Amino acid sequence: MRALFAFLAGGLFGAGLLVSGMTDTTKVQGWLDIFGAWDPTLAFVLGGAILPMAIAWRVAAKRRSSALGTALPAKPSVQLDPRLLTGSALFGIGWALAGLCPGPALASLSYGGTQGIIFLMAMISGMIIWRAIDLGLTGKGKAA
Amino acid sequence: MIQPDWITGLIGGLMIGSAAALFLLVNGRIMGASGLIGGVVDGSGWSNLIERLAFLAGLVGVPALIALATTRPDTHLTGNLLIVAIAGLAVGIGTRMANGCTSGHGVCGISRLSPRGIVATLVYLGVGAATMLIARHVMGVI
Repeated sequence: MRALFAFLAGGLFGAGLLVSGMTDTTKVQGWLDIFGAWDPTLAFVLGGAILPMAIAWRVAAKRRSSALGTALPAKPSVQLDPRLLTGSALFGIGWALAGLCPGPALASLSYGGTQGIIFLMAMISGMIIWRAIDLGLTGKGKAA
Repeated sequence: MIQPDWITGLIGGLMIGSAAALFLLVNGRIMGASGLIGGVVDGSGWSNLIERLAFLAGLVGVPALIALATTRPDTHLTGNLLIVAIAGLAVGIGTRMANGCTSGHGVCGISRLSPRGIVATLVYLGVGAATMLIARHVMGVI
């Protein structure tokens, strides 16, 4: 059951990314190009996505567990650390250069061509590189 | 029938948010793309590997079916493979270092007013806009 609903959530997420224009790098780069031909579409995407999720968090706050009986996420941490800031800055550079973030990179895998596959391979390499650095830095690394 | 971009953006956004709501309320999990992918490829999330793989199968498979059934969408991703590789590496390292990306910090974080999610989003949007200014308008490489 968890796998079935995970598949449905992933599918709806992917369809939403395609419909919204998030897998079109010109829309993403246009949104970040505030000093050029600015494209405000992504504000509607983000706003549209936050709305149902804000309701979901309110519903979740009144529940002890998920519908399938698994634990709900813990309260968000308020800790701001150098990793959050450095990592987000690095992500911002990559997101702007290519116009792809992790979700759309996978959603567009079937139609993104060779360069889409190269982006995904580089992204996965980056994730593994960070894991290795993290394990080296902490001695054991933190669980995801 | 061609819809204006802001309408398809809003509809797609509502679908993304509904997917995140489903994943939270039914599976009890935060829908963060970089975390779900990262946990599979670096081995840190293998305790719930099946759930992750099912999510990723939907994420890749459903857009593939839509692309087959309708016109093939264009990502307009640059053919400059050096830029593509550098960008991919930066996204991979950055999102795992920050423990989140546009979906986890952006959609799921902001909607619960998480300070980390809000700060992360402000940083990647700000740095993204600055990168755009430098790479496109100063250096002219993208």
